[in-house]
Amino acid sequence: MSPARLLPLLALAALGLFLAANLGRPQQATIRSAMVGKPVPAFALPGLGDRPGLASTDLGGGEGPVLVNFFASWCLPCRVEAPQLKALADAGIPIHGIALRDSPEDIRAFLARHGDPFRRIGLDRDGQAAIAFGSSGVPETFLVDGRGVIRLQHQGEIRPEQVAEILREARRWR
Amino acid sequence: MIPSPAELGHLALWLAAATALVMAAAPLHAALAGLARPAAVTHGLLLVAAYAAMTHAFLVSDFSVSLVATNSHTAKPLLYKVTGVWANHEGSMLLWVLILGLAGLAVALVPLPLGPAFRARTLGSLGVVALGFLAFLLFASNPFARLDPAPPEGLGLNPLLQDPGLAFHPPTLYLGYVGLVVAFALAVAALLDGKVGPAWAKATRPWVTLAWAFLTLGIALGSWWAYYELGWGGWWFWDPVENAALMPWLAATALLHSIRVLETRDALRNWTLMLAIAGFALSMLGTFIVRSGLLTSVHAFAVDPTRGLFLLALLVGLTAWALLVWALRAPKVAEGARFAATSREGLLVVNNLLLMALLAIVFIGTLYPLALEAWNGRQISVGPPYFNATTVPLVLLLAVLMGVGPFLAWKRGATKGLGRRLLLPGLLATLAALAMLGLLGVTGVLTLLGFAAAAWLAVASLQLLARRGLTLGRAGTALAHLGVALTILGATASGALQREALVSLRVGEGFEIAGFTVTLEDVAPKAGPNWTALEATLAVQREGAPVATLRPQSRTYTSPPMETTEAGIAMWRAGDLYGVLGKPDGSGRWQIHFWVKPLIHFIWWGALLMAAGGVLALGGALRFAQLGRRRPAARAAPVPLPAE
Amino acid sequence: MAVRVALLALLLAAAAPAPPPVDPALGRTPLADPAAEAQAMRLMHELRCLTCQNQSIADSNAEQAEAMRALVRSRIAAGESPEAVRADLIARYGDWVSFRPPARPDTLALWAVPALALLVGGLVVRRLFR
Repeated sequence: MSPARLLPLLALAALGLFLAANLGRPQQATIRSAMVGKPVPAFALPGLGDRPGLASTDLGGGEGPVLVNFFASWCLPCRVEAPQLKALADAGIPIHGIALRDSPEDIRAFLARHGDPFRRIGLDRDGQAAIAFGSSGVPETFLVDGRGVIRLQHQGEIRPEQVAEILREARRWR
Repeated sequence: MIPSPAELGHLALWLAAATALVMAAAPLHAALAGLARPAAVTHGLLLVAAYAAMTHAFLVSDFSVSLVATNSHTAKPLLYKVTGVWANHEGSMLLWVLILGLAGLAVALVPLPLGPAFRARTLGSLGVVALGFLAFLLFASNPFARLDPAPPEGLGLNPLLQDPGLAFHPPTLYLGYVGLVVAFALAVAALLDGKVGPAWAKATRPWVTLAWAFLTLGIALGSWWAYYELGWGGWWFWDPVENAALMPWLAATALLHSIRVLETRDALRNWTLMLAIAGFALSMLGTFIVRSGLLTSVHAFAVDPTRGLFLLALLVGLTAWALLVWALRAPKVAEGARFAATSREGLLVVNNLLLMALLAIVFIGTLYPLALEAWNGRQISVGPPYFNATTVPLVLLLAVLMGVGPFLAWKRGATKGLGRRLLLPGLLATLAALAMLGLLGVTGVLTLLGFAAAAWLAVASLQLLARRGLTLGRAGTALAHLGVALTILGATASGALQREALVSLRVGEGFEIAGFTVTLEDVAPKAGPNWTALEATLAVQREGAPVATLRPQSRTYTSPPMETTEAGIAMWRAGDLYGVLGKPDGSGRWQIHFWVKPLIHFIWWGALLMAAGGVLALGGALRFAQLGRRRPAARAAPVPLPAE
Repeated sequence: MAVRVALLALLLAAAAPAPPPVDPALGRTPLADPAAEAQAMRLMHELRCLTCQNQSIADSNAEQAEAMRALVRSRIAAGESPEAVRADLIARYGDWVSFRPPARPDTLALWAVPALALLVGGLVVRRLFR
């Protein structure tokens, strides 16, 4: 038997191994932002009326790193992550919020109910700031360092056990 | 206590597994060989019983069966109770083994001129495959799993699946897949026997033809369903689930042609066997891709990695076994007769080459994002721009050769009068391209070539039909090729001549598109048996005269709660006017997505014609096989074919 | 290192002109200029909706897709080329957002498949006719 006859069998084995190795890991479950490592995109969002909005010029003014949290009052996981955001704010990291496709009244009600860890809140009514950040949903949190460069993207809600890791990252980019 | 039908169905499934074991063991010892046929018949009947029990559970809404509770509802229309059996993972796998069982029953009963040992081996291979799938059903996705206590009401069927087009898509596709399993079993038996030649090809070709025809129909049904149900106006998205069905079809198409060469010229033996194995492996890979949730698809299916692993083990195990037999036995099955490059079989080899290149593109294109992300973590999308750019030139080249091939003689080189014969198709192809360029202002090179290729192939196929001495087989070839021409025409025209508008309108407002005036006359609520909807009324006029009224809906189903869009479609000539109602914008305007799609129906008419051609050719092959049996001498001699 | 990053950031910030304002209504309404609308449509069919399963932003009803449509149409109306808009979105979401795979060393194998398949197949066939 010539060894070439075994080529199909080898190809099958390779395919089988490849597919098996990828089975547990669903493909492209989350689309990561390509903005990590790049400066914050230019944006300027209005505020809630009684408090200032958020613009790219508010980020990276030389002080320590800040978190930018995309949230919405209609988003369930955002409620789940509220205590963790509070913990991060209490640890001394400034957090700014960007509310996605939301109304000031709903946001106020949300903050009254679930707590308000935010320094500034920008209203992203039509989702353009989210696109500028390369964000694909809420909740999502970006770490921006003192020079205004995006250092980290956290997709989905921040779970209690992830708070320490985010604190560590924030200290790293001080 | 009398066991319930569902319990009996479960029992029948276990007994079917036992009979599959007998089928698999029969060829191992001469004393057992006689058991193969009765075992296969019993196996088939047991699966009919199991399937009937499941259908009964759906019909009487027996919610103590978990599958019925999660996928049915008392308020569901009767048709969807029947089709609901296979509109879910477990039930569709049950249908799969039922069809496989019926195929085994057929193999046990039809005349098979290659001897009892060959039949026992074929049934043995089928038994091995059936055993694998029954193990999958019984251990990893038991359709008869019970709920205690039974819930008072079921959860209902995904409304997207409550549709006649989709209801019959899976059985059709499965008939195709199972046909390929039979071809696989015949190939393994032939390898074990060492008897690969025209007689084997003759016995196998009807199965391949049948499988191919059903795959063609199944894919066409799926495409048609996606077109009118998903409401995006597209008919093919190069989605992983679609590609999963396309790959076995490409292999089956290649097999269909290479087995002709084997039958008439006793050549391409190893290659044909390899294609039979590949066709099976690819249909398994398709099932795996669809059921494992490995790739992101628009056609969302229940995802379960454990089941995926089981299916993968089946795919690799069964295929590895066949490839091992091939590696060990194929050298004994010499490649066969030689022939000139410009003979008909020469062109059929080129046809196989192009089909394999298409298969490679679809295969690599589908799996590449997964491989790249595993390799360096980078996420890419491989979508229509890639697949269209790579496959269209090959398909056009294939169409050109398909116009020539049937006019060539077997074995010999250049054929006299070929140029004269191709004059008319060539002329009309040029005319078609020029007309599109001049009259309709179509400029894309590939588009013009698409029109030309469709005209070329259509005229050449019609010429083939018009020739003297028409046999069933040749009529089948001509029809199938004509079908390909029509599909190419429909795909090219609906792409190049399509007009699309995405607008938002107040009631009473309208817009102009491709010579039509479309007016949004009304948006009103409407209620169906298990849904409520907002229905828009779109009046379409052309030159002041009404052409059609479209009623697209935005539906909300009650059980399970789900929102869908129902496109409003009206046929206009051989094309469609296609409207979709979107969301209101909050200021009294409604979003309307509207398309004019000329000639799009040719895509599915072409596929129907392909399948019909396959059935005609099948008739020819069966009649031929019978003639061969009556006159044994005719089988030994090279098959007589009219010199062309 | 830190200084270099800061400089780079400044450079990038200076080099990137402020994007033209996006009109959210353009997520739902076509551009008045049919040629520009056709350009936008062609591009929207090749951009992937982020929150959907394998759907283009032209086909999707999702709000995210609507926002991306508004961006595409606004940019094209402002005179940007479709390829520039595509490149900008790739800069934010990576190559995943475009249905047309990039041409890079690590996608060479993908783009070479047709030629490779024909070449290998051709060699096998040649042996057959020899």
